[in-house]
Amino acid sequence: MAVFLAFVVYPFGYALWMAGKPSLYAELIDDRLYLPTVANTLLFVGLGVNLKMFLALLLSGFFMRRRWWIRALLAVYILPWALAAAQACVSFHWMLIGEAGLINRVLFELFGIDGPIWFNDRWLALGSNIIVYIWKWMPFWTVIFLAARIRIPRDIYDSAEIDGATGSRRFIHVTFPLLANLYLVCTLLSILWAVGDFTTVYLVSGGGPGGFTEVLATLGFHYAFDAARPALAVAAVISALPVLIPLVIILMRRLRTSEVQV
Amino acid sequence: MSAAPSSARLAHRRSRLRRALIEAGSVILGVALLIWSLTPVYNMLLIALDPEEGEIEFTGNLWPPEPSLDAFRDVVTQEARYLEDFWQQFGNSLFIGLLTMVLTVLIGSLASFAVSRMRLSKGSLLTNTALLTYAIPASFLIVPYYRIVHTFGLTNSLWAVIAAQVAFAVPFAILILQLYASLIPFELDDAARVDGASVAQVYLRIYLPLMTPALAIVAIYALLLAWNDYLYPSVLLSPRNMTIAVTQGLLFTDSDAEWNAMMAAAIIYVLPPIAILFTLRRYLVTGLGGMKG
Repeated sequence: MAVFLAFVVYPFGYALWMAGKPSLYAELIDDRLYLPTVANTLLFVGLGVNLKMFLALLLSGFFMRRRWWIRALLAVYILPWALAAAQACVSFHWMLIGEAGLINRVLFELFGIDGPIWFNDRWLALGSNIIVYIWKWMPFWTVIFLAARIRIPRDIYDSAEIDGATGSRRFIHVTFPLLANLYLVCTLLSILWAVGDFTTVYLVSGGGPGGFTEVLATLGFHYAFDAARPALAVAAVISALPVLIPLVIILMRRLRTSEVQV
Repeated sequence: MSAAPSSARLAHRRSRLRRALIEAGSVILGVALLIWSLTPVYNMLLIALDPEEGEIEFTGNLWPPEPSLDAFRDVVTQEARYLEDFWQQFGNSLFIGLLTMVLTVLIGSLASFAVSRMRLSKGSLLTNTALLTYAIPASFLIVPYYRIVHTFGLTNSLWAVIAAQVAFAVPFAILILQLYASLIPFELDDAARVDGASVAQVYLRIYLPLMTPALAIVAIYALLLAWNDYLYPSVLLSPRNMTIAVTQGLLFTDSDAEWNAMMAAAIIYVLPPIAILFTLRRYLVTGLGGMKG
């Protein structure tokens, strides 16, 4: 506990102290990058997390099937999770860069399309970041859901089948209600982590073009280490707290109800 | 009477068709997932096998015309530019990764055991405080953390990085472990206590073995978090003392870097976590199977 206090609570308090001055926030609002950054963060987290969690939930059902090749595929599928985020992001960056990247070459060779210059357009660059984010983190959550699905007792499915629930109906009325709480908890947790995702944006689009795909985490980093304005950096990230703290409170509540249920 | 068998046959045929469709669909999905997961890895491999140093462009060949393992050799013998300290940095990664894993599992399992099994009255307070730290994502705390490490004189110390990683991994560990622990019936503990087992014995003999799958997830999570993290080591450590995950990101904009060697290093770097992932995966599957039964 002492270690925990020293390494988490102390930086936390220190951060609040650093970001105490109201004038910092006025300066933030005046920065032409701050508001687009907030919008980007919302889009990145909102789209990225929800798409990822929903796909992970569906795919965990796919990986429940008992086939030898699906098991082998699972091993390949979790590879992105094991791969260092930095290298994977660099690889993505090169796949997307200009005409010479793998993606645009494949588009040209197969379909004769001239691919766009991905990082010159704010929305394409932001989209790329989201796709890379999903690529990197979907396997992790799929494994979590898979572990939960395996725990659902077989006889629940058997009795559901007798009642005539199969296929998509089984998913909506049996599987999903059982996993709903876990799904919500995981989504909230994932939102909290995605807000802090630094590597993806920093290395895939690099915040480009012209800083218009920055998210709060990278903007803070630039303020602190490129512009040498640490207090401003802390203020930038602290400004996300009013949204994050309610999320954590919901998370705590959910956790307590889940304990009671099980 | 004659309609019954034919409708049964029809239903049979329809279900066979359905099954075939599902099978075909899952094969297509499988192939799509394979391409989705492997394309960036394939891109890395292409660059690594290319004998040209700075070549990052896609040449249009599905396989390099003259694949060579020179890049891999340069990495292992530390001859590649910017990778002179490859093994030193590799060792750092290993040290940070393994210690983070061990400490997270230890602290997380003890804390969740205390909260969920010993019926502490203020137990939920501990979990909640731990969770509250996630209100500020790790990357947001880098600036204050950097300053604190500086005042403590811990700059360039691997322990500073380990402490940060453990601090950020433990709340998740407690969360997952507690969710799983609630599935273990309390009667088991009580029965053991009646038989005269001490708290420590309940922890070692009952709690830990039953929690294996969750512990495996937590261990892999902590290891990968520390092994792959970019931000904390890059800010807290000096270049020579870096982890590999960082070296490559730092040289991202450097056109002078030997990218084939960098990508070869990346591929070597991913092998240890994969090895650990697969060792623990067995535990994961058997543990989950045991729970189901």
